Amino acid sequence: MRAVGIILAGGNNHRMKELSQKRAICAMPIAGSYRSIDFTLSNMTNSHIQKVAVFTQYNARSLNEHLNSSKWWDFGRKQGGLYVFTPVVTADNSNWYRGTADAIYQNLDFLKKSHEPYVVIASGDGVYKLDYNKVLEYHIEKKADITVVCRDMEASQNVERFGTVRMNEEHRIEEFEEKPLQAKTQTISCGIYVMRRRQLIEMIEKCAEEDRYDLVRDVLVRYKDVKRIFGYKIKDYWRNIASVEDYFNTNMEFLKPEVRDYFFKQYPDVYSKVDDLPPAKYNVGANIKNSLISSGCIVNGTVENSVVFKKSYIGNNCVIKNSIILNDVYIGDNTYIENCIVESRDTIKANSRFVGEGEIKIVVERNERYVI
Amino acid sequence: MIKKEMIAMLLAGGQGSRLGVLTSKVAKPAVAFGGKYRIIDFPLSNCINSGVDTVGVLTQYQPLRLNTHIGIGIPWDLDRNIGGVTVLPPYEKSSNSEWYTGTANAIYQNLEYMESFNPDYVLILSGDHIYKMDYEQMLDFHKENGSEVTIAVMPVPMEEASRFGIMITDENKRITEFEEKPEHPRSNLASMGIYIFNWKTLKEALIAKAEQPALDFGKHVIPYCHENGAPLFAYEFTGYWKDVGTLSSYWEANMELIDIVPEFNLYEEYWKIYTKSEIQPPQYFSGDSVVERSIIGEGTDIYGEVYNSVIGCGVTIGKGTVVRDSIIMNQTRIGDNCELNKAIIAENVEIGKNVKLGVGEEAENETAPHIYNQGIVTVGEKSVIPDGVSVGKNTVISGITKAADYENCYLASGKTLIKEGEE
Repeated sequence: MRAVGIILAGGNNHRMKELSQKRAICAMPIAGSYRSIDFTLSNMTNSHIQKVAVFTQYNARSLNEHLNSSKWWDFGRKQGGLYVFTPVVTADNSNWYRGTADAIYQNLDFLKKSHEPYVVIASGDGVYKLDYNKVLEYHIEKKADITVVCRDMEASQNVERFGTVRMNEEHRIEEFEEKPLQAKTQTISCGIYVMRRRQLIEMIEKCAEEDRYDLVRDVLVRYKDVKRIFGYKIKDYWRNIASVEDYFNTNMEFLKPEVRDYFFKQYPDVYSKVDDLPPAKYNVGANIKNSLISSGCIVNGTVENSVVFKKSYIGNNCVIKNSIILNDVYIGDNTYIENCIVESRDTIKANSRFVGEGEIKIVVERNERYVI
Repeated sequence: MIKKEMIAMLLAGGQGSRLGVLTSKVAKPAVAFGGKYRIIDFPLSNCINSGVDTVGVLTQYQPLRLNTHIGIGIPWDLDRNIGGVTVLPPYEKSSNSEWYTGTANAIYQNLEYMESFNPDYVLILSGDHIYKMDYEQMLDFHKENGSEVTIAVMPVPMEEASRFGIMITDENKRITEFEEKPEHPRSNLASMGIYIFNWKTLKEALIAKAEQPALDFGKHVIPYCHENGAPLFAYEFTGYWKDVGTLSSYWEANMELIDIVPEFNLYEEYWKIYTKSEIQPPQYFSGDSVVERSIIGEGTDIYGEVYNSVIGCGVTIGKGTVVRDSIIMNQTRIGDNCELNKAIIAENVEIGKNVKLGVGEEAENETAPHIYNQGIVTVGEKSVIPDGVSVGKNTVISGITKAADYENCYLASGKTLIKEGEE
């Protein structure tokens, strides 16, 4: 592949509520056995991008732990590799990343030392499959300066947390609005960009000179009339998980056979870190309907319309309905949980009751756990 | 200079013919176990957990699956700059090329491999047991006693002792005598086939007995060491250890995993068992599914009912199908409205709709009653079973079978249906 990859994984936002206290959005667990960034990382490796930089800043412990080895995505190569860049203090800079463009600027040497002619920039909070080579081909064919991957959202979807774009008939982007109060179109930017490496370096350096720090606001929106910015429309499954509602719904969509089939059975595969957990175990009293259960779980109770992540324990007579149980949760006997997201490593006492009324409740229970 | 205190040699070349069609295309150590593992994962994980990071795996019989599984040892952290895992098949030599003719002969043919690590001790393991054992503790025992050969033993019930190699020890655990499968055992300490040798003792014995046909540890090498006055000690192991050499013991060992707190617990944080995981997604249960007392691997879709069973990864169990007391290995697909009782289904098997396995009268297997017994239905890997057939007990099916192979859609108990040469 003639491109290096950059994954913007620093972010956090208030739409994730308590869930973002523990980790960056990119490290959010998805579909039982994965984390959000796995999808972008797998897309990169499946597109034969060999060198990938991940920029991370907000509470990166989970993410760093997940990226502890590049071998899971086959990046541990002599040519290329996986580079994780967190902000560091240097002789001439002691700032945090003040924005996405600043993150790239502070690590500009990575881009300058690369030899690949193109760069693929993607955010780490999307759940999708995409061959970036196709975007690159389109980029070259259109003689574009920047290509933005776009998608038409359903009319029912609120797009105010996305960047919206309007394209002319040859797909050149004429309008680009970031998080509009009143969206004029349902076409949004998926946060995936392709451009020439030299071009990116030039723009980022210019930005820095002008004390501008944001890739979207200060590069894409600002340059839209000067540079040839094109939209590449995708129609396949794509979800952004950066709000509690979307996070919940995206996970629940994996209960649909067509979604599982698309991600898990069709080529190419999605890769994740291997945890070496034993198979899931179902004791007497287990009763599971329309649910996903991950390895390492021990189930003694009822689970309905739910997604249970790795290594969770569900006690006797428990009822879990329409909920997401994140990794390594212990649920004591006789507990009732409905319409909830149970935060990872929670320990829930026996006889508890948690019900989300009208909206999804986030359960954070830090009780002592005694391991036998 | 390269120096390893102890290296392991893992004997993985045997066919394990008592596992019947399960080992017709793969070596026994590569047979699936416990939903997502293969038998060889247990000794390999024991090695890395014990700090033994140099393992030579001796292969001979049908090594393809084993080779792909082991690769460069990544799942066990055995991809090392120095040492790590090395697969050692028999090879051609300028003078006498030969297969591995016995356990010790296989080790003898790889003297050079062992020599290259300049070891003090060599650990000999076999790839067909399910257990968790700290070889480092065994080595400590070996050193403390000034032993030259230490044999891991475990106490077995006296009435079963005549099936094993039995060690007779003095009060200091020093071995005074040993008997191979004695009719009237004088001790109940059975050899587990795990040995630690001082490298010098092993090398000398192997060279001295090199001309012995079918050179074997139990029959030739250990007696030789004993006769030459080397101190032999028995290291007693009391944890879980299971020989899964027969279909019925293989079936039992799998079933023991589904107890509430199994004697052999895979869920302990300490002493993890590692394996190569190719399939990662979670498992799905449909609205009609029922599952009880079972363990199930990644990526499996269950639309039917599963009781008391061990199900591997990437398996599909159709709607209305009822699976009881069975073992189903990776990537097997079972259609709708089937009924499986006490069946062992190997990998990549296709079972059609309305198939019934393990029904009818008990009857002894016609071809190999010592292999296929206990009422178990055994289906070899990549087999196909057509829609609507019923199959009795103590039966075996292998290959792509068609409706015409079943008389009146029925394979009676005790029958063997093996179709050769059709892939």
